[in-house]
Amino acid sequence: MTTAVERPSLKAKERPGDRIFATSTIVAGSLILAILAAVAAFLLVQSLPAFLADPEEFKGDTTNFWSYVWPLAFGTLWAAFLALIMAVPVAIGIALFISHYAPRKLAQGLGYLIDLLAAVPSVVFGLWGIGVLAPLVQPFYTNLVEWFGWIPLFAGPVSGTGRTTLTVAIVLAVMVLPIITALSREIFLQTPVLYEEASLALGATRWEMIAMAVLPFGRAGIISASMLGLGRALGETMAVAMVLSPSRDVIFQLLTSQNPTTIAANIALNFPEAHGVGVNILLATGLILFVITLVVNMIARVIINRRKAFSGAN
Amino acid sequence: MSLTTTTSNTAAPLTNSLTAGKLPRHTSLAVLLASWLVTGAFFFVVMLSGAAEGFNIVGTLFFGTVVYCVAIYLLSYFVEGVRKAKDRLVTALVTVAFAVALLPLFSLVITTLVNGLPAFLTPSFFTQSQRNVVGEGGGALHAVIGTLLITGVATLISVPIGLLAAIYLTEYGRGRLARAITFFVDVMTGIPSIVAGLFAFALFSLLFDDPGIRFGFGGAIALTVLMIPVVVRSSEEMLKLVPNELREAAYALGVPKWLTIVKVVLPTSLAGIVTGIMISISRVIGETAPLLIISGFTASMNYDLFNERMMTLPVFVYTQYANQGADTQSYLDRAWAGALTLILIVMLLNLGARVIAKIFSPKLGR
Repeated sequence: MTTAVERPSLKAKERPGDRIFATSTIVAGSLILAILAAVAAFLLVQSLPAFLADPEEFKGDTTNFWSYVWPLAFGTLWAAFLALIMAVPVAIGIALFISHYAPRKLAQGLGYLIDLLAAVPSVVFGLWGIGVLAPLVQPFYTNLVEWFGWIPLFAGPVSGTGRTTLTVAIVLAVMVLPIITALSREIFLQTPVLYEEASLALGATRWEMIAMAVLPFGRAGIISASMLGLGRALGETMAVAMVLSPSRDVIFQLLTSQNPTTIAANIALNFPEAHGVGVNILLATGLILFVITLVVNMIARVIINRRKAFSGAN
Repeated sequence: MSLTTTTSNTAAPLTNSLTAGKLPRHTSLAVLLASWLVTGAFFFVVMLSGAAEGFNIVGTLFFGTVVYCVAIYLLSYFVEGVRKAKDRLVTALVTVAFAVALLPLFSLVITTLVNGLPAFLTPSFFTQSQRNVVGEGGGALHAVIGTLLITGVATLISVPIGLLAAIYLTEYGRGRLARAITFFVDVMTGIPSIVAGLFAFALFSLLFDDPGIRFGFGGAIALTVLMIPVVVRSSEEMLKLVPNELREAAYALGVPKWLTIVKVVLPTSLAGIVTGIMISISRVIGETAPLLIISGFTASMNYDLFNERMMTLPVFVYTQYANQGADTQSYLDRAWAGALTLILIVMLLNLGARVIAKIFSPKLGR
């Protein structure tokens, strides 16, 4: 119809609304990075006085910040490690049960039940740990020390209250269980159905199918799920603060009344009464905790992301 | 189908080569009940002999299950062979793992109900504060108000930021910045809650030059740090579910991109986003450590977020437990009642979120 058709420009018209909206989303996204940076920066600034503090400012026989934080860091890692040893096998079992064993119709509801465990506030876990669990396990501890006291881990004298490292580790294990379960369950469900059916068709039993197809596929996922659980266990505060009868020693014994406390619990217990440089010292231990959990979480995420790139599941 | 039934009917007296070497269908259940019965009988005898007082039901279930694992393995080993035996053992272990995880959940819910109900049901619990209360009486109104205010403000701050960031990630984000945000949002979900509290404290004590600062708004900021990543993750998942055809249809009609997002993408995924927000609220409403540090604790009402200490429910539970007065029992009762309130709030939020997701989620025609 027309002879001179104008070449249409391929670029869409820039509307002011578009520009405002796009900019605000970018600002919001960058704000998240800024918040994370601010967490690190403000903690660092407020911690500086602690690194330079006088020896008199520290309680007990510690003389500088590092000798103050070392027993706490040890307690944090030790309790989290014990919790993980207990939680990981059980979590894998639960994830397998929900993904491969439970009746299909029930599976989702059962998964929801485990997720409820993650929704219980940590202070309630603390109340439960001290009110129910500690008295419940104390007699077992007495027997353990009596029978297995020759193993250094179970050496006496046994705590009379049950408020020991092992009890804390059990509570922590219960708390990280839903995290590890949720992630492993998702990974197990992503196993290519063809692998599973092929191994079943070759005559494998269900367990052989899982051992040959599901677990190798989910190995990276299990590792990173455990590390996320580790991150949670490292930073857990109230349950440890309420259940543990704390001391500041580096000891491996699980059942005595002398138990290495954790960084987070130490902050929660001492912060309300702290003043002067004491506040800065606690903030500095918080910075150490932040760095530890950040590293653990970053490694876990890198493993997850690398696996995502290779799997054909998405 | 009819063929197999007739053959099995006629071949009943003969041994079927396909079912030979196989345990009958309900063997595992029978073995489980039998092992519980046997251990139960053992503990019954122990009780009769007077070695223990009362019937040991925990021991019965525990040792009965252990006996079951051994019995089913051996039985299957001799009838079906080692491979099948291993399979049955793993099935038993996996089921036990699930049951073990449920134990603390049930124990926790039941003890909270039993210990919390007496104080929870006294009328003063939701009408009075703890001001000038020593021993019995008083309530948690100040804590409930504080929790509502602080969590409300945290939600008001983190929902717009989180939602916009999620929109950036799904609709705009390409390249380095988007990848960095995704990665660090994931990392941020793992920040210990107490570190968020310390951050808020470090920030405001520097800002207001007050080394002992405690106020409610700081708690809201700490919760925001914890809440944003959860909101981003869940909203992002929901926005990704919106089919691309809808967006393309809107573009084809000449709708600008931002209006497409506001009028098409967001309404489609609204139910999912609301669900995610409710779940993220339930995550932070039980946080104790950050509020203990930056909001502190008090026994009085405080409606002002920017002045003075403000009590919250989790901290109420903790302080009632930690600072027990002379009348220990009434403090413990209040702690458990506070815990019960918290659990109820969290469960209601979770349930409500599921219901919303079920009812309002768009039917994607598949």
